[in-house]
Formats: sequence, structure tokens, C-alpha cells
Amino acid sequence: MKPAAFEYVVVDSVTRALAALSEADGEAKILAGGQSLVPMLNFRLVKPAILVDINRILDLAFIEETDDEIRVGALTRHHQLEMSPVIARHLPVLGAAMTHVAHLAIRNRGTIGGSLSHADPAAELPMIALLLGAKLHIVSSRGKRMVAASDFFRDALTVDLAEDEMVIEIHFPKLPPKTGWGFEEVARRAGDFALAAVAATMTVSGERITEARITLTGVDRTPVRAKKAEALLLGEKVEARLIGPVIEAVRDAIAPETDLHASSGYRRHLAGVLTGRAVNTALKRVA
Amino acid sequence: MTRTREIKVSVNGKTYERVVEPRLLLADFLRQSLGLTGTHVGCEHGVCGACTVLVDGDSVRSCLMFAVQAEGCRVETVESLGRIGKLSPLQESFHAHHALQCGFCTPGMLMTATDLLKKYPLTTDNEIRAGLSGNLCRCTGYEHIVKAIRAVKVGDAR
Repeated sequence: MKPAAFEYVVVDSVTRALAALSEADGEAKILAGGQSLVPMLNFRLVKPAILVDINRILDLAFIEETDDEIRVGALTRHHQLEMSPVIARHLPVLGAAMTHVAHLAIRNRGTIGGSLSHADPAAELPMIALLLGAKLHIVSSRGKRMVAASDFFRDALTVDLAEDEMVIEIHFPKLPPKTGWGFEEVARRAGDFALAAVAATMTVSGERITEARITLTGVDRTPVRAKKAEALLLGEKVEARLIGPVIEAVRDAIAPETDLHASSGYRRHLAGVLTGRAVNTALKRVA
Repeated sequence: MTRTREIKVSVNGKTYERVVEPRLLLADFLRQSLGLTGTHVGCEHGVCGACTVLVDGDSVRSCLMFAVQAEGCRVETVESLGRIGKLSPLQESFHAHHALQCGFCTPGMLMTATDLLKKYPLTTDNEIRAGLSGNLCRCTGYEHIVKAIRAVKVGDAR
């Protein structure tokens, strides 16, 4: 339960981090919060030759508001997102989801860039990035690019990120006016990985739903956006009887795995129940 | 062979300079390099919470951080809270409420509770329980630990 030996490179700027990654030629891993990576190192599931520690890049931890976006630095910790008044005002579903992530000691260290890049199939941040239509700002010594969350998650623990690239910022569009949100998760104990979790935003104009977004985690190899379920809500009046078909559409859209913690069937059942609750809460919260 | 590094870390108000391998976990640094064995090591993968310490005031798992990362940081372990004959109010409350039996989880519980009391209102026992969910105790059933923290919150360690 001790890591294999590695070279340790600590950097204080993105430029230096990228140079170290490029020089390592695929042999390096970025050490951000370390709350997923260090257990894997301790178990020797991964044995990188070099660790590039980015925790000293102080200007990579921020939460910033522009006219139409909230921009979050990749090194921003879960606990900062949980407590941020800017997040609470503009992206309350993100703040609420953070209270479900592990425990305070983990949230004090874990980072948004790390969680998105690691892409655990039961993690909360990937589903929230997908829900909110986030864009990831990715850089390498070769250049920079923006990737939509909907294109970023490829498979379990697999994302669109080359070995010499790193995520430096995440841009979240602000929610439109008259938008309510819901977040529902079931885990065996507080702080455990979700058996299933659902996040929803509902935008209403007059009495009709003009935008519906539903994403799930813990129920497939990547976070899932339930587009067919969303389409059933679009243009409809806000009425509780809508919810039955929406729940069925969500259950059809996912392929949960059976593991020690829950069967595929149970997870599918749970995903439907939580969708009903999240959508109803979102509709009730519409200002 | 990896290069060792020289680090300077403040632990419980005292500055230590040591040469360490990068792969040395902060928990092992505290226990083996500094002889501060109050910090306990249980699972070594961030699940049990026994090794929780404060780094620059925030609770962290010392098994999920390398000693080299604590360079220039202020680390506080259970040894910082009180001493025999002069326990801290939180330790006093654990004692008064029978909040420990074997004591293995206690250092982690105390450091976690220190951070929880600082960061959350803890207005309900459920909130305290959720806050302790990352610290495993196999003796007490948690009931007395919750009571001990509640008592400190309301300012009555007895």
C-alpha cells in the first residue's frame, strides 16, 4: 500500500506544467487534488514515472463571473465550489451536488479539473458539466482548444485529453431566467459514490416548459443526458402527470452495470424514481 | 532511483527539515520521520479517515498527500490539541461522553471534528453524522461521538 517510486516535479505555472508534460513523453501524470490518483498509486494500479504537481499554480484556483458565464479554474477545490456565493447564486445545482461528493477532508483537496479529467462513472462533477453545457478549456505546448462536456467523456475513466494536455478552466453558461433545478442522489452512506444520481434544470416561459435538461451519473460508463426524456417535457404545461413517460424514457436511455453495490435492475429503477423527484423539484423551484 | 528532496514543514508550530523520497506519504512522514505517532494509519487509500490531519487549517487525509507536497505548509496533528493532564475542550468532551473505546479512530475523529466545527453550523445531529461519514469507528456506534461534538458546539463540554 505504498506507491512505487516516481520523479516529482512541482511547477508554479501552466507553462512549466505543459513543458514538463511534453518533455515526459507520455510517462507523466498530473497530480492535482490527488483524491483519486493517490489511492491508485498506493494500490500500484498506476505507476507513472513522473508526477507533475500543479497544486502550486495559485492562479488556477478561482471562480469568476462574466456577463454570460461562470468561469472556474481547474484547481478550484470541491469545498470552494460548495461554499461559493457566486456558484450559489448562478449555478445552485452545482453547489448542491458538491455536498454529495465524499467527505470534507476529500472536498478540501479534490479539484474540479481533476474530477472531470478522471471521469469516474459515478462522480457528480461530470454529470453537472454535461447538465450545464460546460466547455472545458484545454491546453498543451502544441496549442489550446475548447471541448464541450458532451464531447469530453468517452468511456469509463476515459476522456478526450492527450497525455501532454491539461484542463485549465471550465466555463459554465449562466442559467436562463425562470429556471429551476433539482438534484437527487442515492448512495449507501453519506459521501459514498452514487448508486444513481439525477440532475435536472427546467426553464419555463408563461406556463410552458421551454428548456428541459436531465443528466444522470452512476448508471452507465459515462454521464448520460436523457434527451428523449427531455423532449417529452418540451413545450408542455407544468403538470405532474407528465412525469410517468419521462421516467420510462430515462430508464430506456441507460445501461447500468451490476456490481457489489447494486444490480443493474435496481439502478435502473432508482434512476427513474430520482428523475421524477428531480424534475418535480426543478419545476417547483422555477421563480 | 528517484531523487530525494529536502523539505521544510511546520508541524504543530515547530519547523522540521528533513530529506525525503517523493513517494513518502505525509502520514508516514509524521509517524516515521518525525515520531509523531498520534496520527493513525488505517486503510491507506482515503476511506477510513484515521490519518486525518490539518494542512494550512483544512482537514486532509495524510495518506492521500505526499510529504513533499507539504513543503512550506503548516500541519497540525492530534498532538497539537492538548496534552495529558491538559486536554483541549474537544478532547475533554470526547472523554466526558465516552466517545472512544479502542481509540484507533480518535485522532482522525478529533481533527475532522475540529474542521467541521469551524466550517459548518452543525445545527442538527444529522449534520454532525454526515460530517463524520468519512471517519470509520467500529467500537462506539458513533452515538457518543456525535454527543461529544454537539456538547462542544453548544459550549458545554460536560
